Amino acid sequence: MGGIAVVETTGGGVFADGMRGLGRSLRLWGLGIRATVMSLLVSLVLFSLPGVGLLLVPAVVGGVRRVANRQRELAGAWSGRPIPVPYAPKPADEGFLSRCRWIAHDTQTWRDWLWVTLDPIVGVALAFLPIGLILSGFWGMGLAFFGPELSAEWDGLWFDFIPVEGPTTAMLAGVLGLLHLPLALWLAPRTVRAHGAWTRRLLAPSETARMADRIEHLSVTRSDAVDTQMAEIRRIERDLHDGAQARLVAMGMTLDAAEHLLDSNPEAVRSLLIEARKSSSKALEELRDLVRGIHPPVLADRGLADAVRALAMVSPLTAEVTVDLPGRPELPVESAVYFAVSEILANAAKHSGGDRVWLDLRYDHGMLRVGITDDGRGGADISRGTGLRGIERRLATFDGVLAVSSPLNGPTMVTMEIPCVLSSPKTTSC
Amino acid sequence: MRVVLAEDHFLLRDGLIRLLGAFGHEVVAAVDNGPDLLAALTTHRPDVAVVDVRLPPTFADEGLRAALAARRDLPALPVLLLSQYVEPLYARELLADGAGAVGYVLKDRVSNGAEFMSTIRCVADGGTVMDPEVVTKLLSSKDRDQGVGSLTPREREVLAALAEGRSNAGIAEALFITEKAVAKHIGNIFPKLGLHACDSDNRRVLAVLAYLER
Repeated sequence: MGGIAVVETTGGGVFADGMRGLGRSLRLWGLGIRATVMSLLVSLVLFSLPGVGLLLVPAVVGGVRRVANRQRELAGAWSGRPIPVPYAPKPADEGFLSRCRWIAHDTQTWRDWLWVTLDPIVGVALAFLPIGLILSGFWGMGLAFFGPELSAEWDGLWFDFIPVEGPTTAMLAGVLGLLHLPLALWLAPRTVRAHGAWTRRLLAPSETARMADRIEHLSVTRSDAVDTQMAEIRRIERDLHDGAQARLVAMGMTLDAAEHLLDSNPEAVRSLLIEARKSSSKALEELRDLVRGIHPPVLADRGLADAVRALAMVSPLTAEVTVDLPGRPELPVESAVYFAVSEILANAAKHSGGDRVWLDLRYDHGMLRVGITDDGRGGADISRGTGLRGIERRLATFDGVLAVSSPLNGPTMVTMEIPCVLSSPKTTSC
Repeated sequence: MRVVLAEDHFLLRDGLIRLLGAFGHEVVAAVDNGPDLLAALTTHRPDVAVVDVRLPPTFADEGLRAALAARRDLPALPVLLLSQYVEPLYARELLADGAGAVGYVLKDRVSNGAEFMSTIRCVADGGTVMDPEVVTKLLSSKDRDQGVGSLTPREREVLAALAEGRSNAGIAEALFITEKAVAKHIGNIFPKLGLHACDSDNRRVLAVLAYLER
């Protein structure tokens, strides 16, 4: 069976819907048969568990998962609502015992088992209903011609609710059989939908599994956030210690020396004072750079839009900025996005080899979207650059995502999406 | 000169009043927030205003906004903005009206009293003064630019000094070269950047800054 590439939507007439439904029913029925085979295998393994069956568990579970995944794929594509694959990721250890543990600990394994046991009844019945109607319809139409003889031979014959006895009843059976066809067409899309609901019920991740996923995600991003913050604090501490603090100490010493030389050597005092002033302006410069790295003043004053414009102004690339933000995001989001844009712009200037860059900030449906496109040579890879990985991790704290499209010969397009709310624009005094 | 001063740090405000007084200028009003500044500027119409960018009540760019608002009512009112940081975006907004008589420098520059006074004087006389850091930032972003890339190191120094608002004499003094040499360098720089040379110092600065921001 071929793969489903796109979400198929219903369209065309009732007839087209019906035909499509019938096609799908056939495929589901085929899958149902596969599930039935798997179900038999599972029973076999279960009954011979103490013996050789145990060794077969991973292979059988693998088979069940393949059928189930195919089922999820189809139901997802046909309903337009994908069913996520709920299994825990494979353990790195390929050993038999660890694979068994991986299988046994996954709650979905037990739901799969329930599904594979029931699907031969529920799933197959649902899938077969329209097909059966068609088949019996043809049977009924056939009866119109050879019904009476067959009835005589078999000592009486019923079609649906009609006793076929003579030419009249045979004719009636034929008409009724013909009516089966539109009924099957009408029914097929409905049974396919019901089948999808059945699949979703047992094969979609359970609420518990989704919660577990969410908790896993939250703890990973939380520990990332804490680590990042700690690293930041360490950096600030080091910068202060090696920079401004050291300069102030030196300045104190210089001034002290100047004080001692005041009477004996005024000329030397003069040069010491000049040195002290230079130290003070150097210390100020370092403090300025430090503050810029923590929270840039233009971001604090004006918000994300102007801060990004300011970044564009000092970028070596010719930058074009389009902003459509009806308000300001929360401060932490603003700051994360600002530093992400700053880093991506710096990357583009350093590595892309292009001359132009387009920045696009917009907000819709609760999502802040930022697009950064350059006309460089492309070939950027998120899995190679630690920079992009770092940005991705920092955005993940806000449930934000980063996507990079960078074919060889460009262009490189970096897109970020962060769910957030905007505050209404601040009214200013002028 | 009559000066309006806006600075919210008491120590700095006090220091500036004394410094200005020592050089014979009169501080007609010293305020510590944005709304008061706007009122003081429109009532006193000073020869020059010395304004801190970040002021209460918002502690954002209140000072800059008040200065821009005042200049809308009183075009070319001389304003010198002081800030702990310089931001090229704000420089652009200050220069946007093309009227001149603006300055935008780091607070550090106050520590050199004589130079600070000459900066104030230049702004009051209708000149344009940008902090060297604004110029450095814009210049460094243009490293790959064809025009700037083709300049010699000396010409870059002259361009930076030019963008800071110095006259030919001022550039000569700062770079320890003769005024004639300065004129020659400027004669080389403008065609390389595709700019028209002009006589007024102020228009010259604006042309250079506009080029750097492009």
